[in-house]
Amino acid sequence: MRIKSQKDFFSGLMFMAIGGVFAWGATAYSLGSSARMGPGYFPLAVGVLLALVGGVITFKSLVVETMDGDKVGKIAWRPLVFVISANLVFGASIGGLPLIGLPPLGMVLGIYLLTVVASLGGDHFKLREALVLGTVLATMSYVAFVWLLQLQFPVWPAFFTA
Amino acid sequence: MELFDHLALGFSVAFTLQNLAYAFGGCLLGTLIGVLPGIGPLATIAMLLPATYALAPVTALIMLAGIYYGAQYGGSTTAILVNLPGEASSVVTVIDGYQMARKGRAGPALAAAGLGSFFAGCVGTLVLAAFAQPLTVLALQFGPAEYFSLMVLGLVGAIVLASGSLLKAVAMILVGLLLGMVGTDINSGVLRYSMGVAELSDGVNFIVIAMGVFGYGEIISNLSKPAHERQLIAAKVTGLMPTREDFRRMVPAVLRGTALGSVLGILPGGGATMSSFAAYTLEKKTKLQPGEVPFGEGNIRGVASPEAANNAGAQTSFIPLLTLGIPPNAVMALMVGAMTMHDIQPGPQVMTSNPDLFWGLVVSMWIGNLMLVVLNLPLIGVWIKLLSVPYRWLFPAIVLFCAVGVYSTNNSTFDVWMVGLFGVIGYLFIKLGAEPAPLLLGFILGPMMEEYLRRALVLSRGDWSVLITRPLSAGLLAAAVLLLAVVLLPSVKSKREEAFVED
Repeated sequence: MRIKSQKDFFSGLMFMAIGGVFAWGATAYSLGSSARMGPGYFPLAVGVLLALVGGVITFKSLVVETMDGDKVGKIAWRPLVFVISANLVFGASIGGLPLIGLPPLGMVLGIYLLTVVASLGGDHFKLREALVLGTVLATMSYVAFVWLLQLQFPVWPAFFTA
Repeated sequence: MELFDHLALGFSVAFTLQNLAYAFGGCLLGTLIGVLPGIGPLATIAMLLPATYALAPVTALIMLAGIYYGAQYGGSTTAILVNLPGEASSVVTVIDGYQMARKGRAGPALAAAGLGSFFAGCVGTLVLAAFAQPLTVLALQFGPAEYFSLMVLGLVGAIVLASGSLLKAVAMILVGLLLGMVGTDINSGVLRYSMGVAELSDGVNFIVIAMGVFGYGEIISNLSKPAHERQLIAAKVTGLMPTREDFRRMVPAVLRGTALGSVLGILPGGGATMSSFAAYTLEKKTKLQPGEVPFGEGNIRGVASPEAANNAGAQTSFIPLLTLGIPPNAVMALMVGAMTMHDIQPGPQVMTSNPDLFWGLVVSMWIGNLMLVVLNLPLIGVWIKLLSVPYRWLFPAIVLFCAVGVYSTNNSTFDVWMVGLFGVIGYLFIKLGAEPAPLLLGFILGPMMEEYLRRALVLSRGDWSVLITRPLSAGLLAAAVLLLAVVLLPSVKSKREEAFVED
């Protein structure tokens, strides 16, 4: 057995898993009847359907020949990790992390952290450049979000303003 | 004439200083993101949704709509000058547009795209104004069965027009439907799939999905490409005016593109991208006049027609949204989100309950198109400059806007964690070649579909045949089956694959 399309093979598996999990979850809710659909009725039907479609996709990936094997290719770990981390770091700066006792650092510091971490995901990282970009973005955000749109979030570190 | 009264009302709304300013802002921003490859109207609208909270509903919608059709203009600039589609809808413009630019005729190509788009935008707006009323009357006869069937038709449309594998598009829609189930079931009050997380009792925030999958997913995928593929070198522009000969060829092409785009925009699943593909295919089928440059070597018709079509399609895709409350594509799904955020239930009642919003939006689209022509042609130098902004400065800014946007919708950090999760999922989708746009459509339609199906079946006492015994519903389902059958025909199938190969 040889996989003829890697992308389809794995996406089929993914769809089967998602469909299966939702269908299995749906059995915990009352199904009802077609005249009186319970909360489990529709998700069960859709989940089963998804699992079936996933099955067909996987099956086809083993049977239908493709030009180049439709490789998934290398995962770009560097951008993946840093872009997502930049987002999480910003979230933690705005909201703080009560779990480890981190107080909210506020938007301005958060933007610097986000810019530096995100820039690490690119191919040429220069700290000075990231800091300049952070300054530009922080200034722009202050004008746009705090002055013009008046969005509500902490701007400066909590221990500063308190 | 009632239409004129309506348009007069629309003008009175659209011509306030604030609304003009936001229409301008939307168009400018739309052009900007249209020019920049790697960031599209979907991500931008998602990003700005929370920011429009504070605005009046009509102002918010005017701006968001401006972004959508503004992006159609901007996308063509990049396509012509740097051989890269700024937007998915200008993929075919690249073919002849860049060839024209290489032959030193970038100016006429840009003018053809701009003027064609403007004409199409005007017609699209008129179509929207004229067709909205009769469709609304029709919509009022819709029962739950008809709504359910219409949504099925819409989803089938999205499947047919998705690029890439049909089966994967089906699967992505189903994933979207399932994600839409998360949260409190409106009928029984049962919490579904919330896994005990309080924040999930209202369901997954759809901005989180849109930003994660379209914003972060795209950025990561862009960054994984080698740098030289992102490096853009723009062609020089000298002289904008097309020759008389150009005009003679352009005009019929623009007319054909406009007609095709207007029709395809209304259809569920349609919109700007499909319209431009169809228009280019149509132009290629027509006979070349003596002395005309062949397609693929810089034929002006190959620029004018698809650009007209994508703009017409962008305008008319508002019709199903505003009259039936059903989004025909992912951008319109975001507009549903924008409307519900402002407590407006999209659907046939919008026109009667919020006439100022409806007609104000319609008229603003025409004004916006006018602004875009004025904005685009003289400012072309600015856009070219913009193309030289390196991506390594751009993407941290996009990450920031996504994060701020997500946080400020609910002022909750939970959404920021979730968007990180969906960013990873989005990248996974891209890696596996599963196009995420149908997912978003399924997500929006999921709860609606369940509810309408439930109501239809309650009324028929559990008899499924209600979906095919009511003539309107049967007609819609038949259309869905027909659409699917047509795509699965071997001849069409190979054509479709051909059309998307250039993607």
